[in-house]
Amino acid sequence: MNNFLVRWLAVGGVLAALVLLAVGVCVGSTGFENLLTPLLNPLQDPGQTAMAQQIVWQIRLPRTAGAWAAGALLGLAGAVAQGLFRNPLADPYLLGSASGASLGVALALAALGGGAGMLGGGSTGSMMNGAVAVSVFSSSVWVRIGLTGAAFVGAVAAVLLTLLLSRGVGHTLRLLLAGVVVGVVLSATTHLVLLFTPDSLQAMQAFMLGSTAFVGWTSFSLMAGVWLVCVLAAWLLARVLDGLSLGDATALSLGLPVAPMRAALVAVLALATGTAVAQTGLIAFVGLAAPHLVRSMVKTTHAHLMLLSSLVGGVLLMAADTLARGLLAPQELPVGVLTAVLGGGYLLWLMHRGGRHSGGAA
Amino acid sequence: MSCFDNLKYRFVRKAAGAVPKGFAACPPPALQAPPLTPQSPWPLRLLTHGLEGRAPVRFAQVKEEPATRAGDMEQNAQTPCLIARRMASVFALAMASMFAPATHALQVTDDRGVTITLPAAPQRIVSLLPSLAETVCELGNCQRIVGVDRYSTYPASLQKLPQVGGGLDPNIEMIVALKPDVVLMAKSSRAAERLEALGVKVFALEPKTHADVQRVILKLGQLLEVQDAQRIWRAIDAGVSAAAQSLPAKARGAKVYFEVNEGPYAAGESSFIGETLTRLGAKNIVPAKLGPFPKLNPEFIVRANPDVILIGQRSAGALMARPGWQTIRALRENRVCIFPTDEANVLVRPGPRMAEAARIMAKCLEGKSPAAGGKP
Repeated sequence: MNNFLVRWLAVGGVLAALVLLAVGVCVGSTGFENLLTPLLNPLQDPGQTAMAQQIVWQIRLPRTAGAWAAGALLGLAGAVAQGLFRNPLADPYLLGSASGASLGVALALAALGGGAGMLGGGSTGSMMNGAVAVSVFSSSVWVRIGLTGAAFVGAVAAVLLTLLLSRGVGHTLRLLLAGVVVGVVLSATTHLVLLFTPDSLQAMQAFMLGSTAFVGWTSFSLMAGVWLVCVLAAWLLARVLDGLSLGDATALSLGLPVAPMRAALVAVLALATGTAVAQTGLIAFVGLAAPHLVRSMVKTTHAHLMLLSSLVGGVLLMAADTLARGLLAPQELPVGVLTAVLGGGYLLWLMHRGGRHSGGAA
Repeated sequence: MSCFDNLKYRFVRKAAGAVPKGFAACPPPALQAPPLTPQSPWPLRLLTHGLEGRAPVRFAQVKEEPATRAGDMEQNAQTPCLIARRMASVFALAMASMFAPATHALQVTDDRGVTITLPAAPQRIVSLLPSLAETVCELGNCQRIVGVDRYSTYPASLQKLPQVGGGLDPNIEMIVALKPDVVLMAKSSRAAERLEALGVKVFALEPKTHADVQRVILKLGQLLEVQDAQRIWRAIDAGVSAAAQSLPAKARGAKVYFEVNEGPYAAGESSFIGETLTRLGAKNIVPAKLGPFPKLNPEFIVRANPDVILIGQRSAGALMARPGWQTIRALRENRVCIFPTDEANVLVRPGPRMAEAARIMAKCLEGKSPAAGGKP
């Protein structure tokens, strides 16, 4: 029965993503519009067709798909974190890994001479002699990989710091407290770094509110690749989470190599978070809400939970991104604001409906 | 008149008729000549130092207590006039304290609608907004600025002053320690309430549009008691018009996109930058209804297909690499004006250098407008 439900949910998640992809491609700077007609009838108006192709292939598709990939990464990271720490409150943000990732991005930008806006730029420039400043929204492959690497290192360091401070995952309260402390300290450090590089301040501020505006095929490919790796790794490691949900002793008695598998899962968590943060900035609540949404619908093993939560996360962020573009078109809302409102609202509703559906590890 | 010290001078100027004849006839002791300090009321400095109202040398910022001065007077007054002079001094002090604030106090209302009252034009000014510091200097009162925010770098003389943080995150303690007569800042800064609670006078102004700039110049002129502040606005206005007229007719009408920040945030038609662009005959792709600096969907810019892009050097690096931007006409035909940081600073400050900003943008349009046959 459960497997049947899981299968249908997975199919539903993919279908919803495809429908949203189609909707997302039709929502642009003029609100909802049909670009399929000019795309399919190139003879009517070649100029219109070229414009439509450009907008659909170069902007809307990578952007919408990128939103899905980032959401999927965050949903996966959330499910991994909740399973790993046996705590329904764990999410990439509460463990400090997102703050660590954004600190990594800020440090990398500061080291490379950060991209900036004109209103903030007041200092004498070190980049005056024609050197190209590195931007947080850059589309160059190497810049994207570099920023992703920096975010990954930052995320790993933050999770390790949290674990060190909480002396393991045994004590929930200590873990959460340590995560909150690490998150706050690291995001304060990020702001400190930005203060010393005022040139990158404004671009980073836009970035930290979460933005899919400049996600191109480069960013999408990177996220999709990492997502495949992470989902595979998580699927293979899922057994240890099932074992852990019954306690450390049970997991060990099942003959599972608990310690290395845990380390590998922390790496998956950090890689997924870091990659998403490096491409789209800080997008809150997807990682926390996605696993809860799945659990409210089906009780299942961690392997399924992680996959479904990833799919749900993708759909959630895609929907939020489409709304962010459409609501005020041609202006944009920061997508992080919308995920917080949507995800937070749904979580509140779940809690209100009754603890038995939403709380507790699966 | 020279019987009276600097402080009383203010009163006497107003109420000269009320002074008994005998007092004015007292032989003036040498010391009583009003020393010229920046605290001197401006009409006095105006008389002695020409119409600019600007002291040629920067005088030490001595704040003289009336009590000390009265003491000085006693020591030196060895004439039979002593009693009379004492009476005069007491009388004048009393009168000054009773009437001076009422008759001479300077009252100016800022953009928040808050009216501040100062005994005289401020001599020690802290500015927390680059455009306001520039305006004060343009009004010929640069020497009165004793502290600036970290972004105020023009004119160069400001760079030597103590920096008191940024406009949004000022160092309150440092500002208070500078003992300013008034702090100039943006309306949006939170620091105003804190400073006011500490007894510092705050004059908040918000230059956002051309009309705002004109109003801000006049208000600062009122505050600094500079006559004909309007002439600075007239100079800006004439400068922008001249820049517009210098443009060949063909260079007009280009579709332009001015990016202030990689959000992407644009300068819309209703921003001061947009107003200047409109006067230069350019068509801004960001209509006024979107507000002055909207965060746009990048697709909007691709779709609007601007002929010319104006952008600061720091955000220009990745322009070509943005998804889908390669087909924008401005990028295809290399019609992008990339401003070095110095010029970018001129462009984004709603202050006295707006005429210069208009010239910079006119030069850009002349070189890059498609119809003008500018080099592709």
